Parts: sequence; C-alpha cells; structure tokens
Amino acid sequence: MSGISRRGLFVAGAATAAAAVGGSAQASAGSGVEAFHGTHQAGVATAPQAHAVFVAFDLLPGTDKEALARLLPLLTDDARRLTQGQPALADTEPELAAGPARLTVTFGFGPGLFKAAKAESPLRPLPAFETDKLDKRWNGGDLLVQICADDNLTVAHALRMIVKDARSFARVRWTQRGFRSSAGAPGVTQRNLMGQLDGTVNPTDLDKAVWITDGPEWLRGGTTLVFRRIRMNLETWDAADRVAREFTIGRRLDTGAPLTGRAEHDEPDFDRLNGFGFPVISEYAHIRRARTADPGLRILRRPYNYDEGISADGTSDSGLLFASYQADVERQFVPVQQRLAEGDLLNEWVTTIGSAVFAVPPGCTADGWIGDRLLS
Amino acid sequence: MYVRPALLLAAVVALSGCGTATESTTATAPQGPTAAAVPAAQGLTITDPWVKTVKKGMTAAFGTLVNHTGADLTVTAGASPLSPTIELHEVVDSGGKMVMRPKEGGFVVPAGGKHELRPGGDHIMLMGVTEEVKPGARIPFTLTVKGGAPLEFTAIGKDFAGGKEDYQPGMEH
Repeated sequence: MSGISRRGLFVAGAATAAAAVGGSAQASAGSGVEAFHGTHQAGVATAPQAHAVFVAFDLLPGTDKEALARLLPLLTDDARRLTQGQPALADTEPELAAGPARLTVTFGFGPGLFKAAKAESPLRPLPAFETDKLDKRWNGGDLLVQICADDNLTVAHALRMIVKDARSFARVRWTQRGFRSSAGAPGVTQRNLMGQLDGTVNPTDLDKAVWITDGPEWLRGGTTLVFRRIRMNLETWDAADRVAREFTIGRRLDTGAPLTGRAEHDEPDFDRLNGFGFPVISEYAHIRRARTADPGLRILRRPYNYDEGISADGTSDSGLLFASYQADVERQFVPVQQRLAEGDLLNEWVTTIGSAVFAVPPGCTADGWIGDRLLS
Repeated sequence: MYVRPALLLAAVVALSGCGTATESTTATAPQGPTAAAVPAAQGLTITDPWVKTVKKGMTAAFGTLVNHTGADLTVTAGASPLSPTIELHEVVDSGGKMVMRPKEGGFVVPAGGKHELRPGGDHIMLMGVTEEVKPGARIPFTLTVKGGAPLEFTAIGKDFAGGKEDYQPGMEH
C-alpha cells in the first residue's frame, strides 16, 4: 500500500460506495433470467447461451468433506443470486449483476472431490483414445463450474465471484472460454469454426438420455459431463475443398443436410450407394461414425467454439469446447468416441488436447445447495 | 473516541459496494423480495448477514436491519460466541479523518425502514476473536433490541479482500 495516498484511497472508496448506494444500476444487455432451483441444474437442458467459461479447480490439501460443505453453499448462494440478476453476498461490483442475460452456473464434481469427501466416485476415467494428444494443462479437475450467459460481462462477473469464494478451498486448474453464434435463437444449430453445423443430432428425451435415474440417491436428477478441448487445424482445413469437406462430414456445409437428404434434420440414408457402388455417406464420414441408433443412448452435445488468438504468422489457435452430457459415460459417450478414434475422416483436422469427466449433481431447493445430498 | 488507522478504513470503505446487496435472507435461506431471516412476528429482522473471515483478532459483521413495526427500534448491543468484546460501530468524519468509534445510543432502525450495516459504515465490530472464522462458517449472533425481543441470526463467513490490514501489529484498537 506504500506510495498510495491513504486519504486518496479512502475518497475513491467513498465515491464508489456513494455510486453503489445512490446510482441507478443500468442493466446490461439481456435481462433474461433462467430459473436456478429445480430437479436438475440449469445449464444442461438450457438453450445454450452465447458465451461460456468453464473453470476447473483443484481442491487444496485441507479441503475435506467439512470444508466442501462450506464451499458448495457459498458457491450455490453466488449462483442463486447472480442468475436471478441480484448481486452476490458481499459483491464488490453489484452493478455488474444487473443484467443476468440468462446466466446459468452449473457445478460438476471430479474424481478428486469424491476422494476429498471420502465418498465413492461414480466416475471412471475414460479409456485412452488413440487419436488423443492430451495436454495436462487442459485435463482433469476436482470441481468444475460452468458459467454461461448471453453477455460476456455477466460471465466475467460471475466467474470473478466464484473464483474469489473458492480461493480459500481450491486453486484454479484451468479456465476455458467459448462462444457460439445465434444467441437467443433456440433450436438453431450452431456453427463451429470449420463452418459446419455442429450439434444437429441431440437426444429429445432427456429423461432417458441425460438425467440419471438410478444408482446413488444423491446423483439422481443429475448427469455426467465429458468435457473435451478439441483443436482444429484450420490451416490444413483451408486446403480442403467443399466436396472433400462435405464428404468428410457426410453433410452439406450450407444446409447441414445429410448428403442423402435435403434438410438438416432429414434422416441420413447410410445404405444409399452412388453410381460407382460406393456409399454416398462414406464408411468413415463423421456422421456415420458418430451415429447412435438408439435415441435413448444419444449424448447431449452443448459445444462452444474457442478462438484464443493468432500467432505472428497468422496461425489460429481454434477449436471446440466439446461438452457432452449423458446419464452414463460408458454406455453413451465411450462407444461413440471409440468409433470416431478408430476411423473418422475428420481426425485429419481435429485433435483432442484436453479431457475431463465430471458428475453433475441434481439441482437444489431454495434452502439447499448443490451437492447437499452427498456432502451434508 | 479513538482514531482508527486510516489504512484499514480505506480498505473497508472501498468495499462498500457490497452494502447494496439483495434483500434475501441468510446465505442459505430462501430468497424473496421482503424475506426475513426470522419469523415475521419479529419486529426487527436482518437480511444478508455476513461476517468477514479472520484467523484471529478483529473482524466485523454486516447486513441490513429491517424494522417491521410502526415505531423506531434501537439496537443497543451485540453478542456472539465468537468474541468476548462486541461493539456497535459507526464511521465518521472527524476533522478530515475518517474514524471508527462506538455509536452513541446504538443503531436506530426507523419505523418501517431499514438500517444498513456495511463496510465503511455502521457495523458490528468483533474484537479478541480467538477462533478462526472460515469462509462459509455459520456464526450465531444476538442483538439486543431496546424494549423488544432480542434479534438472533446466523451470519455467513465470507472472504473479503479488505480484511488483511486488520491484523497487522500495531493496528489494534
């Protein structure tokens, strides 16, 4: 503090206080509110907001079950208030809470949290996929907080509040920021940075595909999140012409229609052959490899793009934050990823460089907190 | 009267924005525009009570006192298992210096109105704290209300950046 005028600091502080008390907080764009309480946590079935940050924490050595039962109520309280457009408790920037912009704050528990709580983990590590090139910088995490809103200022404020309240209990392991187009256009599939419609086939019956209905009582109404950082090599993708690109995916770039159909949601005809007797949708096309026949076993994809900047020679650091929610990782996610790893034409241009799995507890009541059925 | 170190005050006042917090109840209780932390029959309630985390020594508690009656109510004293010495403080300008001192006559909460306890303003001062207040801790408090039933509530421990200066040697009361 030396070098700063104490009196000056005080005056500045007082001015801030006066503004906070007397100023009429101007709402930032987006006054939409997503409910916080409920059977399920918001931020999974919620129509994806335009901006997201995923932050993973490593619990500090002393953070045991008792500490978690203090941390999660604090973080839940921040989420409960901020999502409703109200400042967090002891919020030093209360005006930034005025525009919730459909803010959701969603919590996930990693393997380390269960260890710290001396509880049985419902998670198993993913198998090693041949195509993965995982960088530990983007892997794992004991506690995940997913923050999504249609306004990035709202996201930043919520992240700041969450990190401040987590700091006594945990260290930040990584943060990953993403964005999507079409804010506030429900039902419109987003495009990724390769230009493809991304996320066309999602489950419609979430009670079957996403929400957990059996197993440990505390997790019922919850789900699991597989979170993968998928790097796109846009330099080599530039070299692929449209025919090659559409052949790779098995869909048209403009409409997203399967190569055998006319509209995005037309059912692909995997049996149709071209004039040479080859399948119109290649054996190695992305949509064939990713296909899950049983709709009840489909994963819910809620991806965000990332674009971290450009190197001096103009090379992008771009890709997809692949967020997949499913009731059962082994039954739903793993088989799809195995088929993709074994032979997806898209692998030429995409590489998974980060991976983490979390159990997403159910929602809570107005006087409860996320994880209370496990930790209290 | 005594002079409170300006450095601490600067830190405390700079955090005053939080004083405009919402009108929900304790950190884990249901929210509502006029929710109260205690039964509605109680004439005086407090919303959003919280206490600055501290390892030991001094700290302070904040919240918004709400008077549900048609007459002014006065809080004359505070108590908590956390501290043997609790004072009701105000911050005033004394010859250009902001000083903190016990508030003469306590906190007056106007009829049907509110009285905010916030960093840089009136607050519940705890001294001689020997047991760490951890973030998320639930700390019981009792406020004595003149001519009325005492107000009991639970404040939530909350990390707060301005607190560190409190505990430097030589900065005690």
